[in-house]
Amino acid sequence: MSEPKQNRFLPYMREDRLPHIFCPGCGNGAIINAFLAAMEKAGMDFDNIAMVSGIGCSSRIPGYLKCDSLHTTHGRALSFATGLKTANKDLDVVVFTGDGDAASIGGNHLIHAARRNINLTVICINNNIYGMTGGQISPTSPKGSFGTTAPYGNQDAPFKLAELVAAAGATYSARWTTVQIENLVLAIKAGLENPGFSFIEVATQCPTYFGRKNKLRTPTAMAAVMKANTVYKSAADRMSAKELEGKIVVGEFANTTKDEFTENIDKISVEKSGKKTVINSAFETEL
Amino acid sequence: MAEEFFIQGNEACAKGAIAAGCRFFAGYPITPSTEVAETLARELPKVGGSFVQMEDEIASAGAIIGGSWGGAKSMTATSGPGISLMQENIGYAFISETPIVIVDVQRGSPSTAQPTMAAQGDMMQARWGSHGDYEPIALSPSSVQEFFDFTIKAFNLAEEYRCPVFVMADEVIGHMREKIVVEDDIEIVARKRPEKTDDYLPFENIENGTTPMPAFGDGFNVHVTGLTHDERGYPDTNNPETHDKLIQRICDKVLNNRDKICSVKSKGCEDADIVIVSYGGPVRSVIEAAAQARADGKKVGYVKIDTPWPFPDEQLEELTASAKDVLVVEMNLGQMYYEVDRVCKRDANVHLMGKIGGLLPTPDEILEQIDKIGGN
Repeated sequence: MSEPKQNRFLPYMREDRLPHIFCPGCGNGAIINAFLAAMEKAGMDFDNIAMVSGIGCSSRIPGYLKCDSLHTTHGRALSFATGLKTANKDLDVVVFTGDGDAASIGGNHLIHAARRNINLTVICINNNIYGMTGGQISPTSPKGSFGTTAPYGNQDAPFKLAELVAAAGATYSARWTTVQIENLVLAIKAGLENPGFSFIEVATQCPTYFGRKNKLRTPTAMAAVMKANTVYKSAADRMSAKELEGKIVVGEFANTTKDEFTENIDKISVEKSGKKTVINSAFETEL
Repeated sequence: MAEEFFIQGNEACAKGAIAAGCRFFAGYPITPSTEVAETLARELPKVGGSFVQMEDEIASAGAIIGGSWGGAKSMTATSGPGISLMQENIGYAFISETPIVIVDVQRGSPSTAQPTMAAQGDMMQARWGSHGDYEPIALSPSSVQEFFDFTIKAFNLAEEYRCPVFVMADEVIGHMREKIVVEDDIEIVARKRPEKTDDYLPFENIENGTTPMPAFGDGFNVHVTGLTHDERGYPDTNNPETHDKLIQRICDKVLNNRDKICSVKSKGCEDADIVIVSYGGPVRSVIEAAAQARADGKKVGYVKIDTPWPFPDEQLEELTASAKDVLVVEMNLGQMYYEVDRVCKRDANVHLMGKIGGLLPTPDEILEQIDKIGGN
């Protein structure tokens, strides 16, 4: 019998924490793969990556990866990440978050982090539902979709996260889905390479809760719907709002350059103290 | 050479923070603490530190926890409404054992109430304002000098016990101007970097009930979570023993070191019939009132509590041993009073002089209370 094939990304995982808590058919595994592939493609040093997350299914990802990881409070990951990156500008800080975490309870932190253009790479896993708490409606749930807190159908219009974050000032913002992994890998790579605030929204399937509540019980059924509803941004730009109803627009919504937040802090430090901001000063006795 | 300054309390706090090694501040404007942020916005870049004005106080508390794991001694400053917003992340700092300093320049409350007036209404928020079980450390300055000294002490205690430490000032202490002396040999506790061994566990009981923490980027691959975790930092949320062990240790590391953490100052307690107990701003009037009462031939002493949390049970018990009456003077309707009552009620009658409205109790008002109690 041949040896079972080992996933080539296993060395990046905390094997002593496996098995993970994600449901069968969840998109998180594919997104972890896409992130690690993008990280390798970008030629990054995995040891220099620190991860921050909030609360929710997607926020559990950093706990399975073998790097410094801060699993924080619900919605607040970006504020912790802002402190971490500002205190040590040499770290590559990656944030994993979800639609409820980033856009509902953490919405204010999201737009302000984008406004500052702080060099963070945010991967927002958008499953249109609160999975961890059992299937409640989220700020990205499509109008008319069902959740345990929308038994008669969601009446509210959803946020368009990638567009929102681009408008708030991010220098890189993109949306792809778990059925376009190659595009997703390239977008995450671009985000990691962008020296500013990067936001990659990944539309993903949650068969356990979104699927169950919306008659899409299998991951393949959900993937088929996602694929059928995907419209490239270049095409979407020529479509009416009515034509775009229920569609997932994929592509880049921001890809530009701007002053970066921590570099500006360094500039002031150099001006006022003659040196860049100090790193790991808590360990010093002589300051 | 010691240096002297004539400065505002909030400026002294900022100066103390820099002297203690604070190199990261995140905050949000709020009266009457704003000058702490304003001073650090100006001074931190001069020492290679970072200042960030966050979008709100929730983010400010989050940012300093991130800053602390990023290897910088980190602080925020606020007042009551901000402390209310910070509570969730303060709880996170306790369970994740993150050293941070939180300065609360207290004002009339609840809600927006009296932004420019003094109060001591947040003492219980410092204790258990976040949900769950934990034991905080809090210091209460009663002069500009102490606001400087206690801010330094707060950073030292935060590093020593790997936990959040509160500096509970009030509007009077924050905004008054006094002379301070800055010695050139200030004692600073630097963070201990753990040794990189195979059996290093970031959440175990090695010294003082805790263990040295690395900074992110040091290569320890540490996982920090607000979930109940084992000694490796890994979530283990359904095991009653793991939770009990973790939370007991987090509480015990403060409670079992009370003899080292607690600090009180006192005068005239040995033979006192009446002992006045106070902390923070009101202490200024208490000292005056106690001196006047002594001059009038009354056996009155006072205890000034430097560290409301953990509460100094043993010290207070000893200093009130001869007292028939204990008078608690504070600027709320009775918060620390219940702690004093718990410790002293067996042997003395415990009275409350709680004054709200924003003005310090005056020595005359305190002397009136002493007369009422019967110190003749």
